[in-house]
Amino acid sequence: MAEYKWPEAEKRTLIGKRISRLDGPVKVSGKAKYTYDMNRPGMLYGKILRSPYAHAKIVSIDTSAAEGMPGVKAVRIIQGPGTEIQWQGDEIVGVAAVDEPTAEDAIRAIKVEYQILPHLVIDNDLQAAGDRAKPTQEEVRGDPEKAFKESDVIHEGFYGSSAMTHCCLEPHGCMSEWNGNELLVHVSTQNVSGIASQMAGPLKTTAGNIRVKQDHIGGGFGSKFGPDRWGIETAHLSKLAGGKPVKIMLERNAELMVAGSRPSAFAQVKVGAKKDGTLIAWESKSWGTGGITGGGLPSNNFPYVVVVPNARRQNITISNNVGGQRAWRAPNHPQLALATMAALDDLAAKLNMDPLDFFIKNIGLTGQRAEVYREELLKAAELIDWKKKWHPRGDTTAGNIKRGMGLSIHTWGGRGHNSDCDLTIYPDGSVEVKMGTQDLGTGTRTALAIVAGDAFGLPVSAIKVLIGDNRYPVSGGSGGSTTIGGVSSSTRRAAQDALEQLFAKAAPALKAQPGDLEAVGGKVRVKGDTTRSLTWQQACAKLGGMPLTVRGKNPGPPQELTNVGVGGAEMADVSVDTETGIVKVNKIVCAQDCGLIINMKLAESQCYGAMIMGVSYALYEERILDQATGRMLNANMEFYRLAGSGDIGELVVHMMTGKGYDERGVIGLGEPPVISPGAAISNAIANAIGVRVSVMPFTPDRVLKALETKGGNNARV
Amino acid sequence: MRAFEYTSPTTKQQAVALLESTWGPTAVLGGGTDLLDLMKDDVETPKRLVNIKDVKELQGIHLTKSGLRVGAAVKIEELVESPLVRHYPVVADAAREIASPQIRHMATVGGNLCQRPRCWYYRAGFGLLAQDKDGKPLALQGDNRYHAILGNSGPAYFVHPSSLAPALIACGAKIRLFGTNGEREMPLEEFYRIPASGQERENALSPNEIVTEVLVPSLAGTKSATYEVRQKDAFDWPLALASVVLKLSGNKVQSARVVMGYVAPTPWRSEEAEQALVGKTITEETAHSAGNAAVEKAKDLGRNGYKIQLARVAVKRAVLRAAKAGA
Repeated sequence: MAEYKWPEAEKRTLIGKRISRLDGPVKVSGKAKYTYDMNRPGMLYGKILRSPYAHAKIVSIDTSAAEGMPGVKAVRIIQGPGTEIQWQGDEIVGVAAVDEPTAEDAIRAIKVEYQILPHLVIDNDLQAAGDRAKPTQEEVRGDPEKAFKESDVIHEGFYGSSAMTHCCLEPHGCMSEWNGNELLVHVSTQNVSGIASQMAGPLKTTAGNIRVKQDHIGGGFGSKFGPDRWGIETAHLSKLAGGKPVKIMLERNAELMVAGSRPSAFAQVKVGAKKDGTLIAWESKSWGTGGITGGGLPSNNFPYVVVVPNARRQNITISNNVGGQRAWRAPNHPQLALATMAALDDLAAKLNMDPLDFFIKNIGLTGQRAEVYREELLKAAELIDWKKKWHPRGDTTAGNIKRGMGLSIHTWGGRGHNSDCDLTIYPDGSVEVKMGTQDLGTGTRTALAIVAGDAFGLPVSAIKVLIGDNRYPVSGGSGGSTTIGGVSSSTRRAAQDALEQLFAKAAPALKAQPGDLEAVGGKVRVKGDTTRSLTWQQACAKLGGMPLTVRGKNPGPPQELTNVGVGGAEMADVSVDTETGIVKVNKIVCAQDCGLIINMKLAESQCYGAMIMGVSYALYEERILDQATGRMLNANMEFYRLAGSGDIGELVVHMMTGKGYDERGVIGLGEPPVISPGAAISNAIANAIGVRVSVMPFTPDRVLKALETKGGNNARV
Repeated sequence: MRAFEYTSPTTKQQAVALLESTWGPTAVLGGGTDLLDLMKDDVETPKRLVNIKDVKELQGIHLTKSGLRVGAAVKIEELVESPLVRHYPVVADAAREIASPQIRHMATVGGNLCQRPRCWYYRAGFGLLAQDKDGKPLALQGDNRYHAILGNSGPAYFVHPSSLAPALIACGAKIRLFGTNGEREMPLEEFYRIPASGQERENALSPNEIVTEVLVPSLAGTKSATYEVRQKDAFDWPLALASVVLKLSGNKVQSARVVMGYVAPTPWRSEEAEQALVGKTITEETAHSAGNAAVEKAKDLGRNGYKIQLARVAVKRAVLRAAKAGA
């Protein structure tokens, strides 16, 4: 067994370099096929009849007219009479027809009688929630009462994050096709290896009969781990239609209504410190909803990152008539960060302290990675010129445009998930890496080619990467920032084992011991003797007639190649128009660590993407639910706003690398950098206008209202 | 979307002959950037679409003795790029900011003027006046953060979504319509109306009439501008918009036209703001007073009070921008 480890810095030929994604050309040229693009011969189009009501009982369903329509090939009741529907958009009947308009006509021809029941959809009013608000156990650490008594300065504030949706640009969807007992499924998923077992039960078949494929995905963000009811329905409808392929991709409004949301979180916070800024006391009462399933914040995670020694926390979870929450990129962390970092920033203002000094002062409370946070804060401060640009609360320069600076820190786990990798070296020198993972847009394909190519002394172009098929070795779902650690570790192990076996075959020809060989620059050569070498192809020819396949695994003994626990600091520079309440981001900087970086370019891309998404949720994204009708009012892309390229400002990323970082092994990065933008922007707004805007997104109505309470200058324009 | 018959006449006589005399069964197709959405959402369910882009008489931008003549089928992007329209800064400002480049290349002037409100209750199928089963307006019970702050005493609470209409009304433009009964012409300002019942629409067009052109008098000797308050940098509906045309005598305002958009069920001309400007030199203070005057009668429906402030600012900034602009 090889001694598994990552190569030393000077030996890395591809790892850590800036390498463009392998799937870039097919994506920008439109050749990449997403699930949405799957069009099979004879394919039928599926549609779902959805409940228009947030809460209702189904009394009767009449599908006869739909069934009689020409072109309609299958109609199936998903939830029958007697069922209590708990949210608008819930699935009631599925239809498959020869084209989309016919399927839509069939949906309209179905008559459903509902008994309408009272609903609750709003989430920001605890009183309105009544007994649908359930408090969780209070969590106490230390002695908060005593600590507040000993505090020289106490701040109390209210902070909130509105619920938002995932709004994947490729909506959720699936195409199913039966061939006898075998089911082929193309699905837009973060979980290629895990879909079949979730479909088998409802379809009364075995997982081994289900083939799952996906080449490319247009966004998941945590909302695409399951086949979903509509995905399973494609298989039911296909069966009813004699095995013909049936595709359902969600319409944009359904995508926003039912395919995932990030829970809201509101918090009343009290925080106390000594005169010198030492944080000693925290109290929070938070509430929010993840929809019908309740859910919401784990209150013992308050305060976020900064472990205040004395703390009392309680969360109240509201169950309302909205589809259940789904993991949204770093579940709970952005909401926890907002309430924590904003409360601490307000406290720093009350202490007349620069928040950077305040955080550095309390850096010890971040625990064992305190020095990393210090380094990251100082790096971010340098990148944004904090010491020069920061000013005490309230920009005092003349005019209606006020500028301000804010910061936030964050944490995440990111240890690699379970992953099996089959690596094959063919006698002609070609190399293939195969596993049932998926490239969520994060660059997984490219990472696999880098890890294998680096081990073999070959360029990325020499590595064929096969992913996106559940017939390949099992690899985990892409959630929790666990993919890069998992797939790079299994590939590295496979590569080292494969190389060991190749060296054993090639060694006699070089008159050397296998242990004396190395693979460098397209050659297999004797270490320290450049005269004794074979080209990679000559060496592989020594395998004889048969290819060599090796299975690499993560986790795997003896040494771990992945690790857990990252930090990051982000700082924002914003301008606020105090006459209109419109916020513009000038610049955001991010200093982030994630252990050993496989691809510097795509690591930075993860941070850029996260910061863009951060600007979007900080300023624009909000699921607007209407208590009057029980409906989501902005299930579209005109009033569910996403940031555009003109809205994101200048973004600067600095990845922490080198000693202290690289030797930790590979750690995930998809989530951490998306946590801080909301909090940093919130703090920057407060710094600009001298008053806190409590609830995110920071839209003109909320900013103007905050200015009014301050008696700000908008009152006189 | 439901199946429909597609027709593409080449004369305006043929076009109106294809339209029914009641709303619903037929619809005029310009760029389709609004109509297709309405059809996808099943708010409009026409059996026949009458494409008017092949009608030559509806094309073209040209100068006449009395001013500018803009065909109804002219694309928004043509307005943006037309050297003739540059003499109408108030129109050019408005056109340039509409939606996105893709939409500006499809959407037409006539379509922009006749597009339906974006009220989320209307678009969800609750009707133009969006009432519950007891006849109570949903906009008053529900979420009205984007609804009207002026002209909102009912029964309509939506805002008119045209960015071009306020600019053209500020110019004193006329709209020309053609129907089975022939041609008629009216000031664009009078084209818009607040519907009194669910059977009425927000403009004077009959079901079997089409808009053929807009006639814009010369703005020679004036200064003009449009300013919109919009949250996003691009491709976003304005929260408030103001178009201003000023006629100056020396450095004093001789006459002014101030029209707001996105604040009322129609483009909203503010004579109060105009009066506040007449006889004044344009300064930060007078612009500010005009803004205040413009929203004197504005009313908060509960969630949209902030729009009063935004409308005030839009007027103020449009006035200041106009004063700085060329003729």
